[in-house]
Amino acid sequence: MSLIWLRFALGCYLIGLVYAFVALNRTSDLFSRIALHAASLGMVFHFVSLVEAFVHGPAVLASVHNAESLLAFLSMTFFLIIYTIYQTTSPGVVVFPIVFFLTFVAAVDQQPVLLASFVQHKGWLIAHIILIFTGYAALLLSFGASLLYLLQERRLKSKNPTSLIGFLPALEVIDQIGYRSLLLGFPFMTLGLITGSVVAMSAYGHVDFLDPKILLSVLMWVVYMIMVFTRWNSGWRGRRAAFLATCAFVAALAAWAANYFSAIHRFAAS
Amino acid sequence: MRYQLIGVNHNSAPLEVRERLAIPEKRLPDTCRELASYPGIEEGLVISTCNRVELITHTVNGHADLRGFLQQHFQVKAEELDPHLYEFREKDAVRHVFRVASSLDSMVVGEAQILGQVKEAYATARAVGAVRGQLDQLFTRAFAVAKRVRTETEVGSSSVSIASVAVELAKKIFGSLQGKSVFIVGAGKMSELAARHLMAHGCASIFVANRTYERAIGLAQKFDGQAIKFEDLYNTCDRADIVITSTGAPHAIFRREHGEQFLARRKNRPMFFIDIAVPRDVSPEMAKLDGIFTYDIDDLQQAVSSHVADRRKEAERAEAIIAGEVEKFEARAQTLDVVPTIVSLQDHLETIRQAEIDRIRGRMGQLTPEQEIAVEALTRGIINKVMHTPITTLKTAAKEAEATTVVDVVRRLFNLQVKEKEKTEAAPKKDEVGTRE
Repeated sequence: MSLIWLRFALGCYLIGLVYAFVALNRTSDLFSRIALHAASLGMVFHFVSLVEAFVHGPAVLASVHNAESLLAFLSMTFFLIIYTIYQTTSPGVVVFPIVFFLTFVAAVDQQPVLLASFVQHKGWLIAHIILIFTGYAALLLSFGASLLYLLQERRLKSKNPTSLIGFLPALEVIDQIGYRSLLLGFPFMTLGLITGSVVAMSAYGHVDFLDPKILLSVLMWVVYMIMVFTRWNSGWRGRRAAFLATCAFVAALAAWAANYFSAIHRFAAS
Repeated sequence: MRYQLIGVNHNSAPLEVRERLAIPEKRLPDTCRELASYPGIEEGLVISTCNRVELITHTVNGHADLRGFLQQHFQVKAEELDPHLYEFREKDAVRHVFRVASSLDSMVVGEAQILGQVKEAYATARAVGAVRGQLDQLFTRAFAVAKRVRTETEVGSSSVSIASVAVELAKKIFGSLQGKSVFIVGAGKMSELAARHLMAHGCASIFVANRTYERAIGLAQKFDGQAIKFEDLYNTCDRADIVITSTGAPHAIFRREHGEQFLARRKNRPMFFIDIAVPRDVSPEMAKLDGIFTYDIDDLQQAVSSHVADRRKEAERAEAIIAGEVEKFEARAQTLDVVPTIVSLQDHLETIRQAEIDRIRGRMGQLTPEQEIAVEALTRGIINKVMHTPITTLKTAAKEAEATTVVDVVRRLFNLQVKEKEKTEAAPKKDEVGTRE
């Protein structure tokens, strides 16, 4: 059942995806409202799907596809929070494609869950998953905002008056969205890593720092910290911030991909 | 559709004339009342703004003496007023009302204020009973048309002066201007105007620097701001988010190294330079820095002219919408126009029928129920048969231009009156219809 709900959600997100492509070229109030409603409806389906998966057994969340689904859901939550605060759907340009992709992958197939079977502290595992994905979602939003910042900056610099009518919010608003997501995500990411190590410790008795998963996760955390620091200390934004955000994003992707090489952080049976 | 409109606007009359005709807000209800009770006028509404004074009426026969009303009400001589007046009737009046409400007739096409003003005028006239069925229909439609124009065209979307373009750009950078500070470098008329606009949109504090310190003080006082000595310019400039510069310096006074300094001290928070000096005060090298946004006079001018061109294009689309709406309104009004006549015709005959039945009762005494039914059916049948042709004729005539004639004939033949208003019989004065745009 969970999968069916997820596919409904996917259908709704598809509208968002189309919006993302259209919005770059032309503005349409009506369309952005449609996209918003579709996305909200999608989130309801998505939520039902996640709850069903959870009821089925909390550890099910630890499957690779449910994790992706959770990340998509959290990203959408951030998107809607930003909408309620700033009344702009423009982050959707970045968020919708990624959310669609994640949901798509999750909706196509489900893998068996094996990781959880030998973990004693299920509560810690769930906490780890939710925290780290909230961090990921915030990072994603921040990354999206920095791309929009570059876009808007370029528009302002090009001095082409007609391109300024576009849908993007003011530069400083985009900047605030990015910075706030960044700040919000950092504690989640940190706590997520800590809970993760607790789970690993309890499962293996020690943490192997040379494991690619752990190495890349730490690397991502360091990049994240550098981002927060440079922003806080010298107000880096625009191109430099976008560069860092891209680094952090790539590091996050790498850390995620490391699931497939890691000896200790595996979802599927090996 | 016996609408009649007279008025002056910014195109037809100089300010002195408009001033004489302007009606203060608190006298507006009385004027509306007076207008509505003027001979030949059924309903009336008065719009009075700084750019226009207009009387919109629905008349008894389409030939009310509106000029006479103006002369009487404002105590102006005909020869002083007449050359500045425009007058519209029927369809043209409808179109004019639609254009005014949609802000196509405004001095700044697309400005949003006029719709609010028209709505207020409508509410005032309605409150005193000067607006009823006909004008109600017209204005309800006009508001809907204005909304359509606003949503379907971009006629009101962008600003058209350098100062307002500057504000718009500042908003694109900073979002809300609340609490932002402005630095004026070189006191001049243009920069003062731009600063005033920015302050009106929420900018909080202002700094002024000028080669002659006294002038800086003078300008700073106007805005409740702070005068800065020109030597301190580079040390204080980073405190402002928006810099308006218009010095007569022969070389750029803001160069790349200054920009770098400012940004370092501001922790890279963006700065917006509005450079209205010729030759330019901000070097192009500095404009390349991330976080520094510079618009010189040409850039601003270009933005303005592109807005003006956009508006002209959009205004054409708006006119097309209005033309369509006028047709629709006319078609509807004409079908509606015969309805009251039909209703009063039916009422009229029904009263006659009742009176006759009562009379026969008096003569014949109590009727049996069967007789009662027979008389009822007989009289009703006669009336329906007689009425059939006039009603169908009225309904078909409604769709044609002769509607008013047919309606008039029917009314006169049966002596029908929608309202008791004997004075409306005043002979219509033939007057020239002057249309001036």
